[in-house]
Amino acid sequence: MSTAEYRAQEGTIDPGRIAERARPQIVERGLRARPGGWLGWITSTDHKKIGVMYLIATFMFFVVGGVEALMMRLQLGAAQNTIMDGQTYNALVSLHGTTMVFLFVVPVLAGFGNYLVPLMIGARDMAFPRLNALSLWLFVFGGIVFYTSLFFTPPEAGWTSYAPLSDDAFLPTGGIDAWIFLVHLTGLSSLIGAINFVATIHNMRPKGMGFGRMPLFVWTILIYAYLLILALPAIAAAVTMLLTDRHFGTGFFDPTAGGDPLLWQHLFWFFGHPEVYILILPAMGIVSEVLPVFSRKPIFGYSFIAYSGVAIGFLSFTVWAHHMFATGLGDFANGAFATGSFLIGVPTGVKIFNWIGTMWGGSLRFKTAMLFAVGFIAMFIIGGISGVSLASPPVDFQQTDTYYVVAHIHYVLFGGAIMGMFAGMYYWWPKMFGRFLDEGLGKVHFWLTMVGFNLAFFPMHWLGTEGMPRRIYTYFPDMGWNFWNMMSSVGAYILGISVMVLVGNMIYAYRRPREEMPDNPWDAATLEWATTSPPPAHNFDAVPVVYSRYPLWEDRHPVEGGQPAVIAAAAPHTSIDERSHPADTQVAVGEGESNAHLATVEADHGEHEAGHAFHLPAPTIFPMILAFGLLLIAFALLFSPPILKVTFLITGVIYFVVAIYGWVKQISE
Amino acid sequence: MASPCQIDRRHLAALLALGALLGLLAAAPAAFADILTPEDGGGSPPAERTDVLYEITLWMALPIFLLVEGVLIYSLVKHRFRRGAPEPAQVRGNTRLEIGWTVGAAAILVVLTVITLAFLPGIRDPEAGGAQRAGAVAVAATDQPDVPPGGPSLNVRVVGQQYIWRYDYPGPGRLFAYHRMVVPTDTTITLDITSQDVQHSFWIPELFGKADAVPGHINDMWFKVTEEGVYRGNCAELCGENHAQMIGEVEAMSPDRYRAWADRQRSDIRTAARALADQRRRMQAQQGAGEGSLLRQ
Repeated sequence: MSTAEYRAQEGTIDPGRIAERARPQIVERGLRARPGGWLGWITSTDHKKIGVMYLIATFMFFVVGGVEALMMRLQLGAAQNTIMDGQTYNALVSLHGTTMVFLFVVPVLAGFGNYLVPLMIGARDMAFPRLNALSLWLFVFGGIVFYTSLFFTPPEAGWTSYAPLSDDAFLPTGGIDAWIFLVHLTGLSSLIGAINFVATIHNMRPKGMGFGRMPLFVWTILIYAYLLILALPAIAAAVTMLLTDRHFGTGFFDPTAGGDPLLWQHLFWFFGHPEVYILILPAMGIVSEVLPVFSRKPIFGYSFIAYSGVAIGFLSFTVWAHHMFATGLGDFANGAFATGSFLIGVPTGVKIFNWIGTMWGGSLRFKTAMLFAVGFIAMFIIGGISGVSLASPPVDFQQTDTYYVVAHIHYVLFGGAIMGMFAGMYYWWPKMFGRFLDEGLGKVHFWLTMVGFNLAFFPMHWLGTEGMPRRIYTYFPDMGWNFWNMMSSVGAYILGISVMVLVGNMIYAYRRPREEMPDNPWDAATLEWATTSPPPAHNFDAVPVVYSRYPLWEDRHPVEGGQPAVIAAAAPHTSIDERSHPADTQVAVGEGESNAHLATVEADHGEHEAGHAFHLPAPTIFPMILAFGLLLIAFALLFSPPILKVTFLITGVIYFVVAIYGWVKQISE
Repeated sequence: MASPCQIDRRHLAALLALGALLGLLAAAPAAFADILTPEDGGGSPPAERTDVLYEITLWMALPIFLLVEGVLIYSLVKHRFRRGAPEPAQVRGNTRLEIGWTVGAAAILVVLTVITLAFLPGIRDPEAGGAQRAGAVAVAATDQPDVPPGGPSLNVRVVGQQYIWRYDYPGPGRLFAYHRMVVPTDTTITLDITSQDVQHSFWIPELFGKADAVPGHINDMWFKVTEEGVYRGNCAELCGENHAQMIGEVEAMSPDRYRAWADRQRSDIRTAARALADQRRRMQAQQGAGEGSLLRQ
């Protein structure tokens, strides 16, 4: 179904209106030719291309992590299965958890954020486009260094790598080192990315967009970025200490050398619990964008949703030790961390009530994006409630480290974060690629996901209460765990099929002849829909002025007693990279052309007649080379033959230095 | 292209299917009541009290779960798109309602917190055996679990190692066991739990919740069994490639049988120790003879 048909059928918007909009002429005055093809991608500093590369890379890691999960479920499908031994299983546990957390959910949200935040706030790019490219390549090479361990010994201590198991006395193989470098590289990537988001969101919003008019997805990305900045240093310190424990004789976590294994747990979870909210908050943001559009109502209680996100962010730093109740912290500490953990349920619950309030009284269109958003709410309620029971220390003594926790984390991270991500994918796909994902296949994808997901993970609650610990590769047939393990494995494979349907949908969308995609096919309200699909390199011909939370709905629903419902072209918008760089490509808005990109846009012709041009950052290869240098240095520490060590170290340092020199030279030209 | 009417019916069917699925999910716990709550049995107070606390939590959570999911599904059906319906009212929120449900959620969680904190000491700290324990809370979390006055008690040191549990008993004469801990019934058993290599977690679901065995730390837990029997539990913290095979057991027997077992075990250990000492002496003698012959050359 074409967009025009969809919109005509929904009967809300005059399809003719789209065609009426004339586009201004774009004159490229490039001083240096932009590379095309794949080189154009890897040297790109365009937040959209970087966002798309993030999404492609993370999706590949998602598939790999999913295959690892299916291999584990194959082994666990029957009691005393002999498909794999404990070592292989532990490697799969570690690869799956690490991949999904560090290489999929965190960076996929960075991908969405990268693509959408500048568009949603009417900016031309991120504040630091070159650093943005560096973030991407650090993440990609972090994934590569981790998966290099497949060629020798993968890590076997789980994604949490508890010391002293992860110490060299017990796991001397390089797998743990590969894991450490993964945390270093992806951590650096996230930290740089987070600083970029903070700088962008604080500085580059258009005229009129105060914090109270910022799209909720941008709100959650801002909180996500602050949480990353505050939480990542703890894990960076922890893995560095583990590295020196393993190779340089320190004993931070070694009890025989005066160290303390519990220090690892404190540092890890001081990062690890905020990390959970880092994973879920932007998905909540996506849901908060999708629900109003398909309910045809504004979000219910905007401030409650925005501030409950902030509250979750604050509280997330007060609850880390609820992962450590069973270590014997004592009644007082257990009680205090339990209280914090119960409290965090309040802002989470408020969000759910507000989402239901958004749909209440609306006119709900069940497009696939909406189905996944609703699925998110339905599943997240289950994950939230099991989380409340885990906040209670005595109950936790029974449930921690069992399949109950496995069920809980998957209801929150798959039922929550990944469902939210799927909603965002179906919702923004037309904006990103100028094509729809097929609705029919999308619905098949959704229902297979719901059935497979619940079959795979709901029985795990029962397995956990029946005493089945997690991370065991085999179990005795007389434990009473056989049936639900079998069902869980069946569910996991249904889930696997659902992802194949999604991949098929993507390929189908890619191969389908391109139709003319309107700017705003869903009749959405936020600024990313005010530009073409896909957007031009410079995003907006004229930077809009914002008078409400829903700028594109103003013509239909004027703000009562407020400003006139008009998005006017703003004065020249200055981003950090707009200060003139001769090497940069200049894009000028052609003179004398209609700037009525939106029906309501009024262009400031005077500016253009004065020769106004805005600058887009030049493409550069140096961020990638810098990240590659760090990858080689990690390899130098990872490989034991001295000749390899020296070669990797020297070339790595050369790449690193050359990249910094070239980078500085390029921007000071 | 499907007609709008068909689309409506399809949506309705989909929603009903979702409703049925969630209904099943909600109903399933009732059908599997025994696997719904954490294991308990043997009448051990920590496990039984945890079970009670879990059930309180569950019975508070279930109505909330059903209510919220119910309202969600109801609103999906009730407010679905209908052809020709007017544009919905642009409600932006209702501050009074929102404050109401924030306070409501907070109230429920405060009640739950208070109940939990009330239960916590009774589950963590050994039972007083009827007598009042003045100032007991202050030392509850220290390395030495206070042995409750009144009533019999036994302190066992539990040491985890890859991939087996060792239990050291107090008293004159060495007494220890691997894999299976034998304890007398109707006796408060206090455990000092530690590890000699990596982290493990000692857990017998039917008797008590997990207590991590952390090298360099001594964790404590307690239990009391009223029924004779063997209770089994896996190590609950990933400890290496044979983590799945690291199983601990507790066998509870009457105090008389326990004493008989302890005597037999002590004498077995003595016999074994003597045999070992003899063997060592013989080896040393052989070695000495060998060295002597070397010296003579």
